Amino acid sequence: MNVLVYIDLQNGRPRKSSAELLTYAQKLSGAGSVTALVLGHSLEDLSALGSFGAQRILQVSTPELTHFDGLVFGQLISEAAQFTGSQAVLLSFDHSGKAIAPVVAAKWSAGLVAGATGLPQGTRYPVKAFSGKALAKVNVLTEKIVVALTPNSIPSEKNGSSVAVESWIPSEIPASKIKVLSVNKNTTDIPLPEAEKVVSGGRGLKGPENWGLIEDLAKELGAATACSRPVSDIGWRPHHEHVGQTGITIRPNLYIAAGISGAIQHLAGVNSSKTIVVINTDAEAPFFKAADYGVVGDAFEVLPKLTQAIKKFKADQA
Amino acid sequence: MQKYRLKRDLCTFVLHVLGHAKSKKSVMNILVCIAKAPDTTTKIKFNSEGNALDGNGVTWIVNPSDEWYALVRALELKEAAGQGKVTIVTVGTADDDSIVRKALAVGADEAFRINLSPESAASVAEQIAPWAKGQPFDFILTGKETIDFNGSVVGGLLAAHLDWPYIPLIEKLNVENGRATMFRDIGGGTEEIEVNGPFVASATKGLAEQRIPNMRGIMAARTKPITVVEPQSYSAKIEYLEFTLPQEKGACKIIDPNNMDELVRLLHSEAKAL
Repeated sequence: MNVLVYIDLQNGRPRKSSAELLTYAQKLSGAGSVTALVLGHSLEDLSALGSFGAQRILQVSTPELTHFDGLVFGQLISEAAQFTGSQAVLLSFDHSGKAIAPVVAAKWSAGLVAGATGLPQGTRYPVKAFSGKALAKVNVLTEKIVVALTPNSIPSEKNGSSVAVESWIPSEIPASKIKVLSVNKNTTDIPLPEAEKVVSGGRGLKGPENWGLIEDLAKELGAATACSRPVSDIGWRPHHEHVGQTGITIRPNLYIAAGISGAIQHLAGVNSSKTIVVINTDAEAPFFKAADYGVVGDAFEVLPKLTQAIKKFKADQA
Repeated sequence: MQKYRLKRDLCTFVLHVLGHAKSKKSVMNILVCIAKAPDTTTKIKFNSEGNALDGNGVTWIVNPSDEWYALVRALELKEAAGQGKVTIVTVGTADDDSIVRKALAVGADEAFRINLSPESAASVAEQIAPWAKGQPFDFILTGKETIDFNGSVVGGLLAAHLDWPYIPLIEKLNVENGRATMFRDIGGGTEEIEVNGPFVASATKGLAEQRIPNMRGIMAARTKPITVVEPQSYSAKIEYLEFTLPQEKGACKIIDPNNMDELVRLLHSEAKAL
């Protein structure tokens, strides 16, 4: 089938998830074509998207698209899907993808798979359900389909060569009813849902002043930082760091949790992480049952030692 | 002369106050979409066909972000305006009336239940959109996602069907004179935005604090109306199948807290995580 991939720009550059999306699209398309669509002005040469499997790259580069509006972007993607004769639209199940996917599905009368975690078997797409407590399949009954892919679901593969970028002019660019007044970027560069490594702290860290221990380790690993619900509820850490059933669900390659006991609601948000390391003073903490590696010890002593060990490991590798 | 001036000033003052009050106070008419969800502590199990949750012994709650953030912020805005109405709508069967009563006990004024057991986000949105269309709602709030299917797309589908702007993941919301300002999470930061006219937004943590219903609220909820609306015809676009539980992890390897080099070695050579 022909697949249209929406490539989201973050600070003027294709997001990290783009390579994964194009790899997925190439596998999904079979004998069909893969077209990448970029909305907005890019600071990077987009022709490199071809090396991950885009056979055609379309770009709409007008100043109206500087600010994100799910309704406007969704309408343009629906038109592009029609224009390219696509049967599937693929995008990332992240902040912007969650705003766009439903608009495309509604405008284009397509079945929607929200949060696919892998390639389908026939029309059945794997997803997570009950906030990670279960797995399920979404069987798509329509011919047209919108797939929002959970970040870090499949490894990306270089398979293709660079392709010329075509400027595409849609029939109209709908006026946005959203006016952006100000933008505040977080200091960390890695958005939590996309991070491959995450270091997370809980109440066991005793206070926000001790978060340096988490941040030092995260910095050494190139990881994002996260926290448990009580920690964000009492305001030690910002809300957007809360992972768990009522926070955000993540699936990094490596999740290191310090001072988190592992309540069922927390586990739901992190249990599909590939490798889980738990550091806790209480050997009976439920989190150890969900962990691959456990350290029974005081986070205040273990975290600096682990940071040192990583530092040493990196020096040896270099 | 002096007297006249005083009188005139007084008039100006009164007019000013009245004008101010009028400009500040507006009638809020807010729709909040709620869904039922299994309590967060539920141990999930499925029926023998593996296509639905085994509801035996499950405690049902109002989906947390619908209740804690969307509904409570709607109530706060209505209270600040001094007048208006917070309406809730759910798509569900008579079994769901208990969670609708809970939302009424928190403070919603009236409730509508579209009488259909929903099978997907699309089925929910395609029922609510035609029902809401043409009604004088200033805006619609949903929770950021339900904790059972985690699709986070009902709000977006609804907005697309209504052709209203959709703003997911709002952490702050203020409405004055039909001008809404809000902060939205953009993944790695926040944006302050303004929307004129009706919109759909999904509520996330930070928008409001959970309210525990008091006895008065619970008593009042008993007599508040729940209007049952018959569903529109609908053809399914997707179906959920093959529910399974994730594989249990093997035994956890316990590492000596004084030997973090060993942990790093295992993360590198065994787990391939470094």
